[in-house]
Amino acid sequence: MSHFLKDKTAIAGIGLTEFSKKSGVSELSLAAQATLAACEDAGLSPSEIDGFVSYTLDSTDEIELARTVGANDLKLFTKVNYGGGAAVGTILHAVMAVATGVADNVICYRAMNGRSGQRMGQGISGQIVSSDLIHWSWYMPYGMLTPGSWIAMIANKYMHHYGVTSEDLGRVAISQRNYAQNNPRAFGYGKPLTMEEYMASKMVAEPLRLYDFCQETDGGCAILITSAERARDLKQKPAVIRGVVQASTQGQEQMTSFYREELDSLPEMEMAARLVYEQSGLGPDDINAACLYDAFTSEIIMQLESFGFCGRGEGKDMVREGALDIDGRLPNNTHGGLLSEAYIHGMNNIAEGARLVRGSSTNQPKNVEHVLVSSGVGVPTGALILGQD
Amino acid sequence: MAKSFRMKPPMGEDNGWWWQEAAEGRLAIQRCTQCQTLRHPPRPACGKCHSLEWDHLSASGRGTLCSFTIMHHPQFPGFDYPLIIILVDLEEGTRFTSQLINCAPEDVEFGMAVEMVMHEDPDGFRLPMFQPATGAAS
Repeated sequence: MSHFLKDKTAIAGIGLTEFSKKSGVSELSLAAQATLAACEDAGLSPSEIDGFVSYTLDSTDEIELARTVGANDLKLFTKVNYGGGAAVGTILHAVMAVATGVADNVICYRAMNGRSGQRMGQGISGQIVSSDLIHWSWYMPYGMLTPGSWIAMIANKYMHHYGVTSEDLGRVAISQRNYAQNNPRAFGYGKPLTMEEYMASKMVAEPLRLYDFCQETDGGCAILITSAERARDLKQKPAVIRGVVQASTQGQEQMTSFYREELDSLPEMEMAARLVYEQSGLGPDDINAACLYDAFTSEIIMQLESFGFCGRGEGKDMVREGALDIDGRLPNNTHGGLLSEAYIHGMNNIAEGARLVRGSSTNQPKNVEHVLVSSGVGVPTGALILGQD
Repeated sequence: MAKSFRMKPPMGEDNGWWWQEAAEGRLAIQRCTQCQTLRHPPRPACGKCHSLEWDHLSASGRGTLCSFTIMHHPQFPGFDYPLIIILVDLEEGTRFTSQLINCAPEDVEFGMAVEMVMHEDPDGFRLPMFQPATGAAS
């Protein structure tokens, strides 16, 4: 029997603001611009939107955005926790609402002045003694305050265990930078990257160099979810949602899952893979392209293994074979990703997933039937499979 | 009292006791009194047997280096860079996140034997750090 959520809903619209290092406008304005653009893209009036889903880290509340864009009365408003781990989680919440008839047209959004405003990696602090603050306090006093340092701890162990080299990380960075050369929205547009430049870039948190890190971006992105039936009557070719899941495993911490016995895999991503393949009735062989979450290059190599595109320790071999490139086994982040397009916390990777299904990517691979998109790495996460109608 | 740069942990019911142990020179490990399972970081219940009862033991301070990162940027005031942050597998069986001192960045190795040194800031705040094993830890 087919899963209840499978093929019931679709991405009908995607909306993006300009990406920059200084937007000069509020995050609410970015959220509104992205939402209006998504409605325009779909050919659906904002007055038909009756649900909003975002990230707990997003400063724009659902009702502020609703009033700003002239949305309908709201039947769904919620935010998903855990940073970039929320990305496809927002889609799951929208899909559950639409598939069950709770809401009809839901906007998932993320808007941030991620460079000119509150930047990531500035350290964490707080006054209220919450379980989350106590969690961070095992790292804060030691000066371990940044996402790069938390990811580096896992990446170093993984690379040591499987013989992954700096050049392998560089190959990921360069592959995505190459894609950005065809994407005028991308920060990396017109700024190609060579292996020499990669290797010469400054070490930030060993083994991660500058180019292993994603961008910091001002921008917004909105994704419009509606029923597959309704989507067929709208302007764009629907990107049908075959499967969408959230996943958090035993021993999970936010960014610092250091206490599991093995540190050289991503258990939460393996769980997301298992669930999303089960829900969609698909497997790795059915996936033609991907937008794997890429706050850091090492995460791409590890996820190739999590999602079963190769065996444990073989991610580096796929990368060396050029699997991530346009004519490779799994063209990945064809817009440039968080590394080279923009860091809109994974929401822009979902937008590219929809474009790949529509056939409208600026780097469109041949014969894309199914696209895999993942949420943040090292946090409670999720996975999404989009397909042709 | 000298002003410290170091971000102090919040002292809640679930973790304050641990820092009090550190202030008295000990690296504590929480232990379920029902099933004896050790756990770190501390939590108010045992994930194995669900007991709310616990006590703690003091670690020997001996362990091996499980993983590490050497931080260069960004540089927060007061810390010495390159800053070596490590995961230590304590000989009691739990894992602990700490800083490696008295070791050059190029000498850090996976699996190296390390031992605890209780570091004290000028303002008197104490936290466990580690150094390459000398065999002196008890």
